[in-house]
Amino acid sequence: MGDDLAELLKARRIANPMMIGIHTGGVWIAQCLHAQLAFPEPLGQLDISFYRDDFTRIGMHPQVPPSQLPVPVDDRHIVLVDDVLQTGRTIRAALNVLFDYGRPASVLLAILAERDGRELPIEPDVVGLRARLEPGAQVKLAGPDPLQLMLGQIPPERRKADAPAAPPS
Amino acid sequence: MSIANIQLDSRGNLKHFLMIDGLSRELLTEILDKTAGFLGVAEQAVKKVPLCRGKTIANLFFETSTRTRTTFELAAKRLSADVLNLNISTSATAKGETLLDTLRNLEAMHVDMFVVRHAESGAAHFIAKHANPHVSVINAGDGRHSHPTQGMLDMFTIRQHKGDFSDLCVAVVGDILHSRVARSQLLALNTLGTGEVRIIAPRTLVPAHASEALGARVFYDLREGVRDADVIIMLRLQRERMRGGMLPSEHEYFQLFGLTEERLSTAKPDAIVMHPGPINRGVEMDSQVADGERSVILEQVSNGIAVRMAVMSMCIGTQNLHGQGEARD
Repeated sequence: MGDDLAELLKARRIANPMMIGIHTGGVWIAQCLHAQLAFPEPLGQLDISFYRDDFTRIGMHPQVPPSQLPVPVDDRHIVLVDDVLQTGRTIRAALNVLFDYGRPASVLLAILAERDGRELPIEPDVVGLRARLEPGAQVKLAGPDPLQLMLGQIPPERRKADAPAAPPS
Repeated sequence: MSIANIQLDSRGNLKHFLMIDGLSRELLTEILDKTAGFLGVAEQAVKKVPLCRGKTIANLFFETSTRTRTTFELAAKRLSADVLNLNISTSATAKGETLLDTLRNLEAMHVDMFVVRHAESGAAHFIAKHANPHVSVINAGDGRHSHPTQGMLDMFTIRQHKGDFSDLCVAVVGDILHSRVARSQLLALNTLGTGEVRIIAPRTLVPAHASEALGARVFYDLREGVRDADVIIMLRLQRERMRGGMLPSEHEYFQLFGLTEERLSTAKPDAIVMHPGPINRGVEMDSQVADGERSVILEQVSNGIAVRMAVMSMCIGTQNLHGQGEARD
């Protein structure tokens, strides 16, 4: 995954990208990539809980550490990192957070595990692993030590919350 | 249902924020943790998050206030809510009726949250009790009773500077008798497990049975009371609430209870000084102290916005859990 990212950055002629991980799993993956590619700047971290589109349905999310962007994002080439890409809604929210901090020159998306189930037109640029799963199955990253991708079932009581909203009657 | 529970929904989530009474340490800690997240919003180029987009929040101020109203307004706007500011001067008669009428009219405009300040104790409770089930109420100060967001912003400021509450000695100085801020602070300090809570005041401004009722050691002498304190919270001398000769004069109050650099010298060297504002310089404290390096008074103001964002979004988030749409149909 690190090699793929390095190659892509080279092809796009991006010399000094700014890497940003999405809390919580994305930050763990970003830390690995950041170390592997030896980027000189510190890693940025995004908390998307204030930008989620399900706030009006399920309320506030459990607290994660707040966003930390060590340098301004204006005119920078950003590498956005997350652990799992499914619906694309997290990335939509992350892009909104990013644009409330400034106007980046470009954004690349690096994902550890990409699976089916997209609900928005969002596709990754760099992918560690692709998976096609049964309905009700989920892939999750456990960590930070050791980092482990887990395959499991969504508990039935949570399935309803994750399902698309019923049309208003 | 007990009065304390009116603030919580059936699952224990915060629905109204009316007072510190009856709220658990876990819930107060959750408010403080959420506040830490909202602090970062002020650093964004766009100082706004979309959490309460499409919600309408009405600031109902029956009593004048600048700082509290402004910070509530800013907090709501930074959550992307639409804000109505209503400064309603109270007539002495028929307050209950006026209040309910105002309430019904605003509900007809589909307001989702009321932020209420009122000179009568219990006004916010009254509104919470009579409001539609899908509406949340936040108390922005009621009479001599409670001012919970002020209490929590003070707790947040203390935690920011001092960390854990269990080893701390916190002294609250001034007009304890008339102060809703003091009541909220003392309750929150005790709920959060503060090591030692003190109140320092003239005898005439200490409520009866203060030490048992408020869980605090009572001092009548400022020098003695601030000795080895980590945090000193000065209260405003509430001239407008004082009836009768409780104090000889402001000058004499300052002579006995005004905080000066010299009197601060017995406190811990890294002690912080707080004040909910507005400060009466030369009455509660010297300008030297108010503008000095131990003063965190302006940080309190910034933290006030983040605390209010946290509380507002928690209450509005709780409304959503019950399917606001269904309740309205």
